[in-house]
Amino acid sequence: MNQEIVSIIQKDYLYNLMLKGERLDGRGFEETREIKIETGIIQKAEGSARIELGNTKIIAGVKIQPGTPFPDSPDKGVIITSLELIPLASPEFESGPPRENAVELARVVDRGVRESGAIDLSKLCIREGEKVWMVFIDVHVLDDGGNIMDAAALGAIAALLTAKIPGARYGEGEDIPLPIRDIPISVTAVDIAGGIVFDPSLEEERAANCKLTVITNQESAISGMQKSGNGSLTTDQINHIVEVAAKKAQEIREKFLEI
Amino acid sequence: MNDKPEKFIDNNGLRLDGRKADQIRDIKIEVGVLSRADGSCYLEMGNNKIIAAVYGPREVHPRHQQKSNKAIVRYKYNMASFSVEDRKRPGPDRRSIEVSKVSREALEDMIFTEYFPKSAIDIFVEVLQADAGTRTAALNAASVALADAGIPMRGLVSACAVGKVDETLVVDLNKDEDNYGQADMPIAMTPDGKITLLQMDGNFTLGQFKQGLEMAQEGCRQVYEFQRKALLDYYAKKEETEEIAVVEEVLQEEAPEEVVEESVPEEIEEDEEVKAAEAESDQEIEEESIETNETSDLTEEEATETEEPEDEEEDESTIDEFDEEKEVS
Repeated sequence: MNQEIVSIIQKDYLYNLMLKGERLDGRGFEETREIKIETGIIQKAEGSARIELGNTKIIAGVKIQPGTPFPDSPDKGVIITSLELIPLASPEFESGPPRENAVELARVVDRGVRESGAIDLSKLCIREGEKVWMVFIDVHVLDDGGNIMDAAALGAIAALLTAKIPGARYGEGEDIPLPIRDIPISVTAVDIAGGIVFDPSLEEERAANCKLTVITNQESAISGMQKSGNGSLTTDQINHIVEVAAKKAQEIREKFLEI
Repeated sequence: MNDKPEKFIDNNGLRLDGRKADQIRDIKIEVGVLSRADGSCYLEMGNNKIIAAVYGPREVHPRHQQKSNKAIVRYKYNMASFSVEDRKRPGPDRRSIEVSKVSREALEDMIFTEYFPKSAIDIFVEVLQADAGTRTAALNAASVALADAGIPMRGLVSACAVGKVDETLVVDLNKDEDNYGQADMPIAMTPDGKITLLQMDGNFTLGQFKQGLEMAQEGCRQVYEFQRKALLDYYAKKEETEEIAVVEEVLQEEAPEEVVEESVPEEIEEDEEVKAAEAESDQEIEEESIETNETSDLTEEEATETEEPEDEEEDESTIDEFDEEKEVS
């Protein structure tokens, strides 16, 4: 209840700021928050990353182990993505099995990785129809400062980029780096009373009508999209978000090439 | 399991099922197919078979979910285990949770939820047969069911997907195009062209995306016409049959009006009393009194007579609501 009352007042305030062309934290409408990427932080995981996007902190871990392939793709590896909104990250998160928000976030992260073809799944086959490498991507949200979506997607790809297939441990050859072909980048924007702002903070996210996530690949083609939240977007708003998202993603991707 | 077709578009520019690139599948919509639901719809879109039911506005369970200033909307998308080639494990999975969430979000803003504080509007959609594009077909059915339930809306939501096969954009993908295509983008749209659902996976260039969005919107417009027509036909027919019924009744009952008017309320009162008494007596003494049985039989007959006009009033009011809502849209 309190949350809702605050957000109405805040919505007014944010809206009035937007009319003046300003945002709560002084950013431009298209300006994203500073991104900090740290990789290889969990030694037990085959790949790991810690992402800070403004106040939002997430940690992503990749585990890789052999398993049986799906019957409809006997020569391809398997990606399984999950995301947990653990209660230490926000007073609004509760423990227990993932609810619809967590499920949606996980599925969008998964979509970005899968549809961009980031992982070369055909190279993850050990014995066709019998054994393939299964890649588990698990994202834990540590601090909800808004826009968990983009932080989670960044964490997933950063962890994958540094992941190694543990061949030696399972007696399946040597340890080799996970074959990564693309770097999908997710960029999210929200609509606050008709104005579009990118990389929303928690306050902005709460005041927003709805949100659009656009995931683009290296060629600036779109690999995935998701509209989330009540409310609607006009065609012009969507086209604007897609264009800016593709541009922003290129800037963010350059950060990754340093890894 | 089907294998990937070599070509999705033949030399004449037609798709595997003979459609043009911008042609949606055949749609069949039936309104008011369920007796217990407040609103319902059966919809076929190509080989998809969907049934949707709407309950509400009604009390919220569990109570803590209720909102003091508006109705909550709940959307449950469920696939029957026999709806797909390999049996689907019954119950919600991650996919259906996500589909339910985005579909609810596609509809919620179109409903005047502020008219019904502390209540719930429940939408249940069952996919009986799945053949690509179930979430869009389900939304189309849900939207019609909401209108049938007389829930005031800003407009009907229509949904349609666009995708890419052989680098060609096509609307309303069929199963093969969905399985082996290069992209899939379901959208939902309001009659004034605003997008309330947008998802996408695969690979679209910026140009393809923009063109695709336009194609999908055009698809939605076509779907909207089908939805509108189905509702208009259903309610026109209903109104017609009701008018005939009313006329017949008047002809039969050529009795003086005052008597009817006076007797109606009295009968209802009596009826309630007798029913209560009847219930008690039923429990207490089963064998007893042929007399009371006779009287209760009589009142039952009378009751059915008096109930009829009430029913009509209710139906008319839902029609009114429906008309209002169309005016809004």
